[in-house]
Amino acid sequence: MKSAVEQKILALNGDEAVAYAVKQSDVDVVAAYPITPQTIIVERFSEYVANGEVETAFVCTESEHSALTACLAASLAGARTFTASASAGLALMHEILFVTSGCRAPVVMAIANRALSAPINIHGDQSDTMAQRDSGWIQIYAENAQEVYDSIIQAFRIAEHPDVLLPTIVGLDGFTLSHSVENVNALPDEEVKKFVGTRRFPNALTHEGKTAPLKLDPDYPMTLGPLAFPNYYFEFKRQQEEAMKNALSVIKQVHDEYARISGRRYGDGLLEPYKLEDAEIAIVCVGSTAGTVKTVIDDLRTEGVKAGLLRIRTFRPLPVQGIREALEHVKAVAVMDRSMSFGGQGGAVFHEVRHALYDSSKHPLTVNYIYGLGGRDTSPSQIREIYTDLQEIVKKNRVEEPVKYVGLRE
Amino acid sequence: MTEVVEQHPFAKYLREAMMPHIWCTGCGNGIILNAFVHALDELQIDLDKLVVVSGIGCIGRTAGYTNVDSFHTTHGRPIAFATGVKLANPELEVVVISGDGDLFAIGGNHFIHAARRNIGIKVICANNFNYGMTGGQFGPTTPLKASTPTTPYGNIEHPFNLVHLAAASGATYVARWTTLHVRMLTASIKKLLQRKGFSFIEVVSQCPEIFGRRNKMRTALEMMEWFKKAAVIANFSDPAKAEITPEKIVVGEFLDLEKPTFEELLREKMNEISKENGE
Repeated sequence: MKSAVEQKILALNGDEAVAYAVKQSDVDVVAAYPITPQTIIVERFSEYVANGEVETAFVCTESEHSALTACLAASLAGARTFTASASAGLALMHEILFVTSGCRAPVVMAIANRALSAPINIHGDQSDTMAQRDSGWIQIYAENAQEVYDSIIQAFRIAEHPDVLLPTIVGLDGFTLSHSVENVNALPDEEVKKFVGTRRFPNALTHEGKTAPLKLDPDYPMTLGPLAFPNYYFEFKRQQEEAMKNALSVIKQVHDEYARISGRRYGDGLLEPYKLEDAEIAIVCVGSTAGTVKTVIDDLRTEGVKAGLLRIRTFRPLPVQGIREALEHVKAVAVMDRSMSFGGQGGAVFHEVRHALYDSSKHPLTVNYIYGLGGRDTSPSQIREIYTDLQEIVKKNRVEEPVKYVGLRE
Repeated sequence: MTEVVEQHPFAKYLREAMMPHIWCTGCGNGIILNAFVHALDELQIDLDKLVVVSGIGCIGRTAGYTNVDSFHTTHGRPIAFATGVKLANPELEVVVISGDGDLFAIGGNHFIHAARRNIGIKVICANNFNYGMTGGQFGPTTPLKASTPTTPYGNIEHPFNLVHLAAASGATYVARWTTLHVRMLTASIKKLLQRKGFSFIEVVSQCPEIFGRRNKMRTALEMMEWFKKAAVIANFSDPAKAEITPEKIVVGEFLDLEKPTFEELLREKMNEISKENGE
């Protein structure tokens, strides 16, 4: 695809790509607390603030819990709002994650995915965001710094869409993406500004019977986040689910519109298949590991092995139908999880991909590979072994070990 | 005659396998750890009854370096963790060694409430004026006007006066020293270890690599020259007037009193209730 505008190539690591995208996205309020490997995001952004390059109120709080609370409040007051965190920081936000989604506050947050304590580990895995998958936030995972940049810009449009109004996480693998410098094509400032536009607010009926934009505004007083007991609570939750459903099409629309400007596509915005149409064996993964898998597929294809990949870019909402349609012709599927769901027989991604395949008349054989916990490297040769396993599974027509561990000392 | 020893006399206090440590050249944390170890040795503390707890931050590594039962908590939680240890076994000496960001920003609530209820844990805070480990962002003790990566034009937030906070919250032993006052600090840690109630020592510590170099004190020596020039020993002076300024760092003991500890009152209450119930 050709880009509709001239773009600047910048050497940015994933964190800097986030900061640069936020800088261009006309954000009103950023509140954050430092945590490795996210720190560079707010560090760079605070430089933009200090240099007068943005008109953003930047708040350094005393914890992540306060950072997200400040963002929630700013968002409810009508501000375009951004924060970033990782690992224990996201875990500390847990309470407010639900408040933010429940209040339908479209906060955008970058998470430099990192392992959770204990033992203490600052390196990359996806335990932090996977543990928050039921918090009502949209979750988009990037494969490289370019996609990080593109996804952040798209995230504001998705989150703030009146049919969605849900907070959105963009995940980037800690260190692998957050700290690795890549060439990133950046759109001109005015193009991004035009693309993200200004926040639109749906109308709400106030307690005084007036119709007013849904935000905290002294001219139209309203209370947000009040009590809703058994008489109303359930309906609120059902509406959040409806918003998630709407997000499936909004994410695709925003992705398409962005692609027309930038010339860059990531599948349909929800799922990115790679050499999957005629594949007999396939890997499903989330995040930067897809890059490694793609190079292994290229090698295998030259050897005549019909290997493919399905990268889940949008994990929440889960594109259930898309996953089923993309994978049902495949004979055996290996799902890779960079986090554990202890006692659940396999990781979260495995559970959900299996769930998506249940309604298929053809049931591909599925197997789970837990990998890369606490930043352990996953090499192309290990990916190749997974495909070799899959060939074996196809030959035997059965899965002997449903959950396996990549590169683990046992 | 010289005596040949196989081992450093203090080797038993530290885990050699954890060395080399992660602290930058010139960091004050080594001085604090050294003073702590000297205090343990001089008091001949039973290491089997000592627990060291620390949180996230450079000094947090202390929990791994000291050769005793220890725990390295998530950010801000060492006092909450230490509270549990002390209540489970009041016979243990529980010492929290952590930083200003950990104890007074993200974990600030735990500090004031532990001091308020006078639980018998001991807190040593390395105050280096910034979040050194994550790149030097300003925090709750960063002096006004100080330059950090997140306050490039100078800090506009008022810092905590930690000794005042501790005293006002209910701590029973409160002292402040700088890393220059090694002997006083060691003597003070000895006292802290001998007190029953919630005890607190703030150690003003140099961070030349991350904080000093942005504030015209590029080396440890320059930072310590500031401590030397600014420090005024005023024992039992009003902690409310002990704000740290570029001109003056009031050091010394501010408070040393006795009042019933939380664990004592708890035991008393439990006995009382048991007696009422005829147990």
